[in-house]
Amino acid sequence: MTNTHTIKFSVYRYDPEKDQEPYMQAMSLELPKGSDMMLLDALEYLKAQDQSLTFRRSCREGVCGSDGLNINGKNGLACMTHVSELKQPIVVRPLPGFPVIRDLVVDMTQFYRQYEAIQPYLINDNKTETKEFLQSPKDREELDGVYECILCACCSSSCPSFWWNPEKFIGPAGLLWAYRFIADTRDTATEQRLANLEDPYSLFRCRGIMNCVQVCPKGLNPTRAIGKIRSKLLQRAV
Amino acid sequence: MNISHYEFDAIVIGAGGAGMRTSLQLANAGLNVALVSKVFPTRSHTVCAQGGITVALGNMHEDDWRWHMYDTVKGSDYIGDQDCIEYLCQNAPDAVYELERMGLPFSRIDNGKIYQRPFGGQSRNFGGEQAARTAAAADRTGHALLHTLYQQNVKAKANFFTEWYALDLVKAADGSVVGALVMCIETGEIAYMHSRATILATGGAGRIYQSTTNAFINTGDGIGMAMRAGFPVQDMEMWQFHPTGVAGAGVLITEGVRGEGGYLINKDGERFMERYAPHAKDLASRDVVARAMAVEIREGRHGMANGVPCVYLKLDHLGEEVISQRLPGIREIAKTFAHVDPVNAPVPVVPTCHYMMGGIPTNKHGQALNRVNGQDKIIPGLYAVGECACVSVHGANRLGGNSLTDLIVFGRGVGIHVENELKQNHLHFQAADDASMAQGLQRLNRWNTHKDGEDFMQIRDELRAVMQNDFGVFRTGQYMAEGLKKLEVLHERLKHASMKDFSQVFNTTRVEALEMDNLMAVARATALSAVTRTESRGAHSREDYPKRDDANWIKHTLYVDDDKIGQIDYREVNMQPLTVPAFQPKERVY
Repeated sequence: MTNTHTIKFSVYRYDPEKDQEPYMQAMSLELPKGSDMMLLDALEYLKAQDQSLTFRRSCREGVCGSDGLNINGKNGLACMTHVSELKQPIVVRPLPGFPVIRDLVVDMTQFYRQYEAIQPYLINDNKTETKEFLQSPKDREELDGVYECILCACCSSSCPSFWWNPEKFIGPAGLLWAYRFIADTRDTATEQRLANLEDPYSLFRCRGIMNCVQVCPKGLNPTRAIGKIRSKLLQRAV
Repeated sequence: MNISHYEFDAIVIGAGGAGMRTSLQLANAGLNVALVSKVFPTRSHTVCAQGGITVALGNMHEDDWRWHMYDTVKGSDYIGDQDCIEYLCQNAPDAVYELERMGLPFSRIDNGKIYQRPFGGQSRNFGGEQAARTAAAADRTGHALLHTLYQQNVKAKANFFTEWYALDLVKAADGSVVGALVMCIETGEIAYMHSRATILATGGAGRIYQSTTNAFINTGDGIGMAMRAGFPVQDMEMWQFHPTGVAGAGVLITEGVRGEGGYLINKDGERFMERYAPHAKDLASRDVVARAMAVEIREGRHGMANGVPCVYLKLDHLGEEVISQRLPGIREIAKTFAHVDPVNAPVPVVPTCHYMMGGIPTNKHGQALNRVNGQDKIIPGLYAVGECACVSVHGANRLGGNSLTDLIVFGRGVGIHVENELKQNHLHFQAADDASMAQGLQRLNRWNTHKDGEDFMQIRDELRAVMQNDFGVFRTGQYMAEGLKKLEVLHERLKHASMKDFSQVFNTTRVEALEMDNLMAVARATALSAVTRTESRGAHSREDYPKRDDANWIKHTLYVDDDKIGQIDYREVNMQPLTVPAFQPKERVY
């Protein structure tokens, strides 16, 4: 009787310097029976076997947002996904909808550009305050479930509207951040922020598919944030 | 080799809290500044800071920056530089208010002011009752802080060199620093960044240990760069072991849990800190709590989790509302990494490597210091800030919540100093010395061309085991001497080691191989410094020298690398704050 069990993987591979096209590679790990690990740990062991395997990682605790991947067809963070919970072979692909640089590493330029487009910083006219701007605990509560975004792109890269119009539709992550500043009572640029989202694409390409909500590893709800911006735009139009 | 050439007023290496606070200052001053980071800025390790940022705002009770200073000096076990601690505590309120006005979403109290929680080692009125001085955004303060600083840098239109890896410092013939060699990870492009000021903000190096709260990226790159350039590093024996890392996983559970009323229990359910620190109990300094836990474990009063002996952090009595409101991230971490919902059950924890108190010695402006003939000598063109620097405000033991304060107070301070120096034309573009440039390229070239050597990843595993076993919470001369010997063998082996991926595009194995040189440098500096300091002080706890020895050891350790095991020198501790009398060493009890 053996004391180990085999975990099977099918991993997306593409090295632009040598591969004509991408392919799926079968890989496997022997683990002691009864043991479990996160998918990121498994990828680290696979990389020790084959050092050409390439992926991003940093904090390994679900806060830095480096290791968003498509895991058995669903976007998530490798560092927070238990291998034992996954059907084998575990199919690991890069986040969909982005150009692949190499293996599991994608080019996120478009994603970051849309984030920058919403002016992701507090704007406040008061330049004379020398202490803190006051904010009631209740007003601060509006930011809960919003400010925690880690920019992992699991949401935007699972959004069909973002796949179709990545240059024009801000996408769920960017819109969540837009709402984070609209909702902040300390921000004085709400009108300008809303005006910037009024065109047919930036916000209104959201079709309420809610893939973003399903995949967010932090349990955030971009669809709800988008809905709240929509209401504010409507109130403003009346 | 084809090398591209860039020119900037200043380059900041590292885009965590310290680097981004510095670059923000410089970008807002209209200077041409490059921000070089091996990861996208919000992936930097500052993002993992949880509990908060310590600052005497006085929002919860009367407070005074001098009380903060007293606690920090005591926490440092009296080898923190008091002029720098004074600067830290005095400037912290302005620096934190500034962050708030930049948009940092702090938690609030009823009058609308920033919420502050109790943290370890905090007192009112110079050692009186427990203070609540750590400003918090729930238990996600580092995330909130790092994103805010990134956002401000976007607004200020800083030049980001994202996923560029810094290889080595470049010096002029006279020894001043004139820039750095960097590599684009995506393309493999090598560039020389020529600058009037070079600021190292590369963070910590906790990855020298097997069990660490630190991110994969914390490999001491700036420390390695400074050491290869021939500069000293300071107090490298001082490593903080955080009391509450999740057993087996190493992931951090904030001290804020104990600040909110959580406490540690052993397997018998006993609140054992009452025996070790009758007054402060679970909010004693981190070194004190970590040692108490290690004793409980050693004496058998421990449980097991993930195959690791552990004690437990109990917080279920706080109730679901407090946990959800003040500690939501902790609940998520405990569920994911310990399979425990802290609302119902205690979390298995062990002391885990967390923070490097040592680093590149600097003055309070962040100017890096060399030691020549027993005197400090400023290294022209080089600055260090944040965890990679040793200002030194943390001395032998950092207080919880003081690292974020360090990042933003000194990040801002370095920015202001560099700005003034540049505007007054005190920093010039100088020609690079060919030998210095060649030295950096040679290291890269060796990794790029040397095939069929031993796998560097094997050496990395062994290095971590040595550090974990021989340079942990408790240390003894005999084991450390053996550890030092093992490190020298590993050091020799590393010179002939290889990687197995030689591609150009996004070669993360090459980055890891280059990082390995830095891990080795940090480990060797730690080992020799630890063997040399024959006393127990702060986090450096020796079983063969259990007492603090103020007569001989109120001084900083300096380590300079050489072809052998390196050389030790010393620097005096600054006991001359400008506006208050110095705090004299006394017995440190909590």
